[in-house]
Amino acid sequence: MHHTIEVLNLRFTYPDGRIALHKIDFVIAPGEKAALVGPNGAGKSTLILHLNGILMGEGEVKVCGLSLAKENLGQARASVGLVFQDPDDQLFSMSVFDDVAFGPMYMGLSMDEVRLRVEKALEAVGMEGFEGRVSHHLSGGEKKRIAIATVLAMEPEILVLDEPTAGLDPRSRRRLINLLKELPMTMLVSTHDIPMVAELFPRMITIDEGRIVGDGPTKEYLQDQAFLVGHGLETAVPW
Amino acid sequence: MYVSFLALHIPDGFLSTEIAIVGWILVVPILAYALRQTKRHLGERQVPFLGVIAAFIFAAQAINFPVAAGTSGHLLGGALAAILLGPWAATVIMVAVIVIQALLFQDGGLVVMGWNIINMGVITSFTGYAAYIFIKRLMGNRSGSHLSGAFFGAWLSVVVASLATAIQLAFSGTVPLRLALPAMASVHILIGVGEAIITVGAVSLLLVLRPELLTSGEMAPGKKGAYFTVGGILLVLFVAALSPFASMNPDGLEAVAAQGGFLQLGENPVYEIFPDYVFPLIQNEAVATFLAVGVGAMIVFVISILIGRRAARPQGVPK
Amino acid sequence: MHFNLADQYHHRESIVHGLNPRVKVLGVVLYIFAVGLLPEGEWLGFLLYFLFLIISYQLSGLEFFFVLRRSLIALPFLLAAFAIPFTTPGDEWMKLPIIGWTITETGAIRFASIVIRAWLAVQAAVVLISTTRIPDLFWSLSALGMPSILVSTINFMYRYLFVLADEVLRMLRARSARSPRLPHKPKPPVLWEGRVAGSMVGSLFIRSIERSERVYSAMLSRGFDGRVLVKRKFKMKQTDWIIMVAVIAFVFMSQGLIHLR
Ligand SMILES: Nc1ncnc2c1ncn2[C@@H]1O[C@H](COP(=O)(O)OP(=O)(O)OP(=O)(O)O)[C@@H](O)[C@H]1O
Ligand SMILES: [Mg+2]
Repeated sequence: MHHTIEVLNLRFTYPDGRIALHKIDFVIAPGEKAALVGPNGAGKSTLILHLNGILMGEGEVKVCGLSLAKENLGQARASVGLVFQDPDDQLFSMSVFDDVAFGPMYMGLSMDEVRLRVEKALEAVGMEGFEGRVSHHLSGGEKKRIAIATVLAMEPEILVLDEPTAGLDPRSRRRLINLLKELPMTMLVSTHDIPMVAELFPRMITIDEGRIVGDGPTKEYLQDQAFLVGHGLETAVPW
Repeated sequence: MYVSFLALHIPDGFLSTEIAIVGWILVVPILAYALRQTKRHLGERQVPFLGVIAAFIFAAQAINFPVAAGTSGHLLGGALAAILLGPWAATVIMVAVIVIQALLFQDGGLVVMGWNIINMGVITSFTGYAAYIFIKRLMGNRSGSHLSGAFFGAWLSVVVASLATAIQLAFSGTVPLRLALPAMASVHILIGVGEAIITVGAVSLLLVLRPELLTSGEMAPGKKGAYFTVGGILLVLFVAALSPFASMNPDGLEAVAAQGGFLQLGENPVYEIFPDYVFPLIQNEAVATFLAVGVGAMIVFVISILIGRRAARPQGVPK
Repeated sequence: MHFNLADQYHHRESIVHGLNPRVKVLGVVLYIFAVGLLPEGEWLGFLLYFLFLIISYQLSGLEFFFVLRRSLIALPFLLAAFAIPFTTPGDEWMKLPIIGWTITETGAIRFASIVIRAWLAVQAAVVLISTTRIPDLFWSLSALGMPSILVSTINFMYRYLFVLADEVLRMLRARSARSPRLPHKPKPPVLWEGRVAGSMVGSLFIRSIERSERVYSAMLSRGFDGRVLVKRKFKMKQTDWIIMVAVIAFVFMSQGLIHLR
């Protein structure tokens, strides 16, 4: 298995006529960790929804070497773990257990296996003992971590996260960063958290208005002040 | 805190057991058919879609607006759901809402739930939808037709549901028909206006922001049967209201009269609150109420058309 | 928004809490059914059924006043019954002072009976909701034959009820924050206020539709294929059988006694 993400010439138009992605091309190698940055409305979430076939545009998207067509969707969805921007979208079950167990259940695992997966996934995000809790009554950061656990439980080869640190307090953010650091999978993470990008991701893909405007080593781009200002990425560091 | 706003949720104890059972017998096949229709139309999307929209209806029922003297306008939502999603999907959604309200909040009874589903789910969805598409067809594709249809449909849905509730109460021997029918009708003719205003507000926003949602409601299954169903509902209501059983009292009038203590109840001043004869020449309360509702409906119909006409004029709303 | 769903009672332990939820739902429905069959003016019967409830409070550790407060929900509908005492034929029982309305004896009895029946029924439902965790309650619906599609729809509704109710609460707050009422200034017209409420409903609908699309995507991305997988299972234990038989016996014996007397 090669756990790659390949996006070739992708173009996507929303039903209302808005062209959200113009011509997107990139390849992420197995085990590589890349950040996806860009201003609000750049098309990050739209792009991410293509990576397991929830949206399908023109062009080609391949994950783990499989082209994302109707007949491969089941397989692709099992190998790409996708965490949505709003955890309330991701946590739709009655209890935390049901939510984390959802993916494994549809993978046809035995009940014992499912239970084991849930346990491991909750442990990985530091939420052991939350199985019986009702999702709605969790705090924002807790929801976020459980949302990540719901895909970890499926043991995907590729992890795709949409703004995982938004709304987290500094400690939860730190824990999340440490978690992502330890996880061995191929990773594409969309974020506005530039310090996290600097710390965690050697590669940075920048999109703006539906086009890739920069793709390369994070270090180089973060030193290019003109580039950062041009794409609304500069962060003042007041301390 | 959960507060019930709507006077249509019948609690347990208000309908006789026989009537309650009849309600369930009617509901089961209707619901089975509604589920089949929505499954055909929505496929595997059905569950999250209907679930979230049911939660929407429940939450939207809490949105009110002040009318006068501490009263406020509220939404029941059956007509709005039907306009946006078609009558079958709306029926399923309202069933979910009614089950949750009864089970979790004791708003509406468990044993009488069959009728609550028929009144607030089936009747509101179908009358609302039928009136909406009727006006739309009548006015053609001009942009105000949605608003006219929504206004009239929402109003009618609440009023017809209230008539049905009154007739069920009368058949159960709880409240005599000659009182229940005019009382329920007169209150809900007003409540219906609140429903209509909110529904029009919602539809006009959707018309600007997401007009395709309105089109998809019109494409939903149930269009063909809607007129037929509503005609049937109205006919059944009318016949039921005229049937001798509706005004029957469980003890039987003769028995009481035989005891010799029969009061001239017709002269009890309670009856004066609801003028016995809305139309002086018609001495039957049921017919009189239906006539009054009919006249009211015509007035509301004209108002609806005017609302649509007025709104169709450009007002500088940026598209 | 916080709804009082009696959560504070869900985590207690008692015989009633531990019962198979199916038994509880069946028992409550049977009880309400039986209450409906009690004849008018059968005060002893009403008392007997009330005692039955008191025993269930004792068994489940519910406070009477909690149930009492919850059971007030059915009050508004009493409006529909207000006319009963005045309109039921029978002997004159009393005349209201000033307005001069006559209350008949049969009317008063019927009114009281209907109110008591409704009140007993609501209390039984409150016992059910206070001693059963909500997922178990929904599970019992499918175990009792409700189509699984409908049960999952209800599950979803319950999950997003809170999310959307919170959104409504925030909208209502934002509206009141911008609705000053100045003295000597006219209020905005009712129609305008109605339109605002309508727009709130409309925008809530858009958000809900979009939410449902995202939720569906999230389900798909975790392998959902339209099947409904039911995970929970409850076995009928010995106590479940005993309580079930006890409830059925109570209902049949009491109804037999009352109706054959
Ligand atoms: N359902 C939709 N219908 C129409 N247009 C949409 C839809 N969703 C997003 N868009 C538009 O597509 C563009 C890209 O949106 P997207 O959500 O991908 O941005 P993003 O980069 O994730 O932004 P953010 O940082 O705010 O999350 C935006 O202009 C947005 O308005
Ligand atoms: Mg985004």
